[in-house]
Amino acid sequence: MVFGLGGGTSSYEEAEDTELIVLWGSNARETHPIYFHHVLAGIRNGARLIVVDPRRTTTSEWADLWLGLDVGSDIALANAVGREIIHAGLAHREFIERATEHFEAYRESVEPYTLERAEAISGVPAEAIRELAHAYGSAGTAQLCWTLGITEHHNATDHVLALINLALLTGHVGREGSGVNPLRGQNNVQGGGDMGAVPTRLPGFQDVEDDEARARFEEAWGAAVPPRDGWHLTQMFEAMERGELRSLYVIGENPAQSEADVQRARRLLEGLDHLVVQDIVLTKTAKMADVVLPAAAAWAETEGTVTNSERRVQRVRKALDPPGEARDDLAAVFALAERLGADWGAPDAEQVWDELRGLSPLHGGMSYARLDELGGIQWPCADEQDPGSLFLHGRLWREPLEGPRVPFHPVEHVPPVDELTEDYPIRLTTGRRLDSYNTGVQSADYGSPLRQPETLDISPEDGARLGVADGERVRVCSRRGELEAPVRYAEELRPGLAFMTLHFPDDVDTNRLTIEAWDPKSGTSEFKASAIRIEKIG
Amino acid sequence: MTSEPRPLVELTVDGTPVWVPEGASLLEACRAAGVGPPTLCYLDGLTPANACRACVVELDGSRPLVASCSRQAEDGMVVTATSERVEHSRRLVLELLASAVDLSTAEPQLRRWLEEYGVAPERYGPPAPAVDGTAERPRPGHHAQPDGEHAATQAQPAKLDNDLYVRDFSKCILCYRCVEACGVDAQHTFAIAVAGRGFDATIATEYDAPLPDSACVFCGNCIAVCPTGALMFKSEHELRAAGEWDEERQTITTTVCPYCGVGCNLELHVQDNEIVKVTSPSDHSVTGGHLCIKGRFGFQHVQALEDGEE
Amino acid sequence: MEVHRLPTPASAEERAAVDALLGPPPAPDAEGGPGRSETGRPQQAREERQLLLPALHAVQDAIGWISAGALGYVCERLRVPPAEAYGVAESYALLSTRERPPRVAHLCDDIVCRNAGADALTAEVARALEGDEGATWEPSPCLGVCERAPTALLQIAAGEDRVLAAAEAPAVLAGLRDEAGGEASEAAASAPQTAEPRADGLRLLSRVGLVDPASLEDYRAHGGYEALRVALERGPRWVIDELNASRLLGRGGAAFPAGRKWADVASAEARPRYIVCNADESEPGTFKDRVLMEHDPFALIEAMTIAGVTTGAEHGYLYIRREYPLATARLEGAIARAEAAGMLGEDVLGSGLRFTVEIRRGAGAYICGEETALFNSIEGYRGEPRNKPPYPTQAGLFGKPTLVNNVETFVNVPSIVLEGGAAFAATGTEGSTGTKLFCLAGSVARPGVYEVPFGATLRELIALAGGVDGGGEPQAVLLGGAAGSFVTVAQLDLPLTFEDARGADVSLGSGAVTVFGESVDLADATRRIAAFFRDESCGQCVPCRIGTVRQEEALHRLAGANGNAGEEIAILGDVARAMTDASICGLGQTAGIAVQSAIDLGLLEREGSTP
Repeated sequence: MVFGLGGGTSSYEEAEDTELIVLWGSNARETHPIYFHHVLAGIRNGARLIVVDPRRTTTSEWADLWLGLDVGSDIALANAVGREIIHAGLAHREFIERATEHFEAYRESVEPYTLERAEAISGVPAEAIRELAHAYGSAGTAQLCWTLGITEHHNATDHVLALINLALLTGHVGREGSGVNPLRGQNNVQGGGDMGAVPTRLPGFQDVEDDEARARFEEAWGAAVPPRDGWHLTQMFEAMERGELRSLYVIGENPAQSEADVQRARRLLEGLDHLVVQDIVLTKTAKMADVVLPAAAAWAETEGTVTNSERRVQRVRKALDPPGEARDDLAAVFALAERLGADWGAPDAEQVWDELRGLSPLHGGMSYARLDELGGIQWPCADEQDPGSLFLHGRLWREPLEGPRVPFHPVEHVPPVDELTEDYPIRLTTGRRLDSYNTGVQSADYGSPLRQPETLDISPEDGARLGVADGERVRVCSRRGELEAPVRYAEELRPGLAFMTLHFPDDVDTNRLTIEAWDPKSGTSEFKASAIRIEKIG
Repeated sequence: MTSEPRPLVELTVDGTPVWVPEGASLLEACRAAGVGPPTLCYLDGLTPANACRACVVELDGSRPLVASCSRQAEDGMVVTATSERVEHSRRLVLELLASAVDLSTAEPQLRRWLEEYGVAPERYGPPAPAVDGTAERPRPGHHAQPDGEHAATQAQPAKLDNDLYVRDFSKCILCYRCVEACGVDAQHTFAIAVAGRGFDATIATEYDAPLPDSACVFCGNCIAVCPTGALMFKSEHELRAAGEWDEERQTITTTVCPYCGVGCNLELHVQDNEIVKVTSPSDHSVTGGHLCIKGRFGFQHVQALEDGEE
Repeated sequence: MEVHRLPTPASAEERAAVDALLGPPPAPDAEGGPGRSETGRPQQAREERQLLLPALHAVQDAIGWISAGALGYVCERLRVPPAEAYGVAESYALLSTRERPPRVAHLCDDIVCRNAGADALTAEVARALEGDEGATWEPSPCLGVCERAPTALLQIAAGEDRVLAAAEAPAVLAGLRDEAGGEASEAAASAPQTAEPRADGLRLLSRVGLVDPASLEDYRAHGGYEALRVALERGPRWVIDELNASRLLGRGGAAFPAGRKWADVASAEARPRYIVCNADESEPGTFKDRVLMEHDPFALIEAMTIAGVTTGAEHGYLYIRREYPLATARLEGAIARAEAAGMLGEDVLGSGLRFTVEIRRGAGAYICGEETALFNSIEGYRGEPRNKPPYPTQAGLFGKPTLVNNVETFVNVPSIVLEGGAAFAATGTEGSTGTKLFCLAGSVARPGVYEVPFGATLRELIALAGGVDGGGEPQAVLLGGAAGSFVTVAQLDLPLTFEDARGADVSLGSGAVTVFGESVDLADATRRIAAFFRDESCGQCVPCRIGTVRQEEALHRLAGANGNAGEEIAILGDVARAMTDASICGLGQTAGIAVQSAIDLGLLEREGSTP
């Protein structure tokens, strides 16, 4: 991305000793509870916390300032923050001049985003935006973190760039205590990216279209690597729609419930010639499959590694024997390869890992022995003398600058695709609750005393206006589909904003409502912004 | 993190000179001298509660004994960690606890100390019969007059009010660890605090509400720090009740939580291919030993299915 | 921070009681919902926590108990976790988290009152209240009016607390029925030396009985606020020098040099600094501070003001036990009048210096007389002692440098400022300068507060109080209250000084001198002391929490047929030693002393006369 490496630049422990923490589009208290412990330690040590979120979440309860913006107005808000920092003379001139480029273009691009205009777009009072700008601009050190509130938009990448621009503007990156950090939603999202499980990258964030990098992999693997970017998930569905993609092998994903506009997703999956699903339970997607490969649970029944949101590679280990015929994912892939005529042998997880270490300079020094000894290692870790990296991009502070300048990326506010109209007047956003996870495949069965059945959360004011009572079952309609759900009055919501989770798709199929409008750069769908109408039943 | 080495202070413990970093406690100094006193309430990573008083030592210039966990070492201090006087107080602390609290599931180390110090809790009289579960805690400043025979104890029925963990305050030594883990030392949920006074003080939610009605978010960080088994996984409680709990047959495997991207290390305690308890290493930088409800309890999906389940 | 919502809402009355203290809640956003920008108020929550105890008092006062709904509302307003607030409420005897009748008589059955007819009073009140849904009674530890025992404290919801002494059943019952009946408060009845003809040489009691406690003019006419003027004129260094020259030792029990404390706070770097007056006089048998506060309230306020301007503190807290409603009311009046006259406030006596005094009421907890537990109580936490060091002068109230002195210590200050340290030190002995207030109670003819120069003997004191009731020698004297020790006839010629007391292995403690005549059952008194500590232990540390229970049980076994005297004495010795050595604070460290002294002196051996 901007810096060439896709990962959070800081370590968790830096949050404990920083002056300011900004959580933007992140309800870390509930979705990353143990990261939030580090934030709480920071608050105890004197850090200020600012939270930007449409909902007044439990996270915001800990904030010195909460900014309740309208869904999808983040870029306008961020640009106004940038403009205010520049106008107040809080931009880090020295850092900008040494380490960045295209500042002038950025300055011009944010100039129209006055505090007043940002207030008009986002709903947040100009004074609060100004306070955020001054707090971030004048903090000695600051952590800027985000989660899916930033990335589940049709223009997700622009959202991220808008935030990174702020870090470049203030020099809040590349130093201990300052950094920009996406908090990953799943235990190996970061690891998947590290390992090249993105259509544009080889392991270690090496570009698929880089001939030299590709050549090294081709030599090691003895096979040709396609020289062009592949499809990401959303593009795959488009390819299915066009009839170009006819067979699908799904490992550990439940698209029949997790995709936005899920009725379309199901239709496309049903239209495939051949669907193979490898999973630990018989998911809704697996039930549609031609072949199901029962898998061992990676985190408790197999060996391997995962990478967390501070780039720490850690081992997962086998504690349990998997049930019945369930197999380790690796074994399943090797067996499949064998059936397809390629003999990859039966390397164990460590041998696979060692091959990776030989090809990805970021991971070179991470032997299993060292991972065990050090409790995980944060990349980059070049060799076995390298302790790993607490934070990234220290080079930006070296005089003279080491390596290339980092560019500002001017970005413009574009509202969510699913417009609010008279017919669909309420903004529905989605998220997680503390005790549940995604479509509930892993989390639905344990006896959580916190579990509450799926509801349509709305503000009591909207409830009164629409004449629906707390607990009343209503019909919820979007431009794509409709469903029924009980209403829950939620005081953390402003009028005009509704909230649902994706945790109980068998009961309430929230993704019937969501929109598949997706970001061309990252492929993420706009789960955070649907337009809905609420109707009384009967 | 880059940190400058702290200057050292010099003191003597039982006549032996020791050097510890500035800001270190007398407990660290004692351990450096190889005379680690028993500790019940103290736990690395939590604020010293200074409550059990088992780690007391003599400090020249101080009339009462001082709790070594809560006193900073200073240059020139003269500490006596081994003496008849110190041993007396430690023995009494252990003996008084043993006379009032069920220590049968306490940490092995604690049970070893009881033996080492030769406690004789029976000398305080036969234990009073357990109160029934509905009895109200006496109001502060009031108590029933002793009957001239029995020793008051904490005996009371265990509280089973949720599917995840059990609270048995007949085993509680009031070390405050759970309060600190639920509060400022980790979780900041503040679902529990000490209520009542003196011998009748107990760990409680507001108005002794059942946990599901309280602020509790079921992270289980209180269980992880409990030294006596007063707070226990329901799975462990049930296996113990059935006489099937057997640590000899258990393995402990460290892995990474399957939920969000924070990367919490989990220690899976497995008996007969079933997860019976989950902990996290307290010295790991990601968790400091603390987890959330999903990491601590959300393992049902890899457990063997009961008959009849899909 | 997050505050858990309790399921039951507060009633309108409960809300009103809380709002009367905290002001009305913020108005809801015009648009509805949580608005657009807000703060979680983490900073404010830290600052407002100290209003917790006053808010709990407000509910208790208005409603008569603290329901879950009321507690939840207090927590919502102050952003305090409900479990913590409940833990705080449940640590005070005079707050109730359980529904009970709105009118409660607390009947003292402590060491003095139980030998002054408390049993009969209790029996009569109990009989009359049987089945009464509007009123009830509870036994109480010492209410600090021992000179007029027995004592009752009436706690009336939506009314005012009232003390009756000497309490008689009809008056108690009438009081519970809300019939008027004011508190007797005649100086001469509490401090017999102030009756005409007044005794010579009264310093601390010099104005008691002479001035109208509600009149600032009267106070000034008797030399009041002269010392503050001098202190402001001469400056902090001079005041501290004189304090050092006076060799004034703290009267709260620890006898720490007052000048050193003042100097330490004055030279501390951190700001703000605080003055705290410990008026939580709860030691059984002790009532001298109450008499000073009731009859010469301005003297204490002036002394605290001198402390403020001398140490650079701008705010003082006066922590007084709730059992002292009359003293509280008179101090409130004194503060208001002093403020109105510019003796307190933004510009003290035109000096440009700021000093204010705020009264905080305790809620029935002996432990809160321990200075660090007192800080926790003010800050809105459970009254549990803190580890020392750090000492209050370094990190006390709110973690800031704090000067904490007892009422009697403070009241010595104006005369030191006026006459100079050296002149002050001319009274008393080398090691114990000035005069001392003693609380004579129990089996004496004229109980009350007596002021004598240090060095007077116990025998002289008892004589001053008219001698032992019915003549003859006392069976024993408890010196220093429940935390003190028994002495016998053999020690009556002990000069009462800090150094002589130390030499005799006793302590002057709070200045309580409780005299037990021949007819008193000392074993019973000793068991009452043990019961007191079992009730008042905060529960934080093991030696005190369980030791006080085992001590009381052993005394009961000793009294009954189950006693194996040798074994019980051994247990008592072992437990007392561990409590003294290993408890966190003074409460536990002294909880075994009186019992041990009774054993050592053979006072329990007349056993057999008790049931």
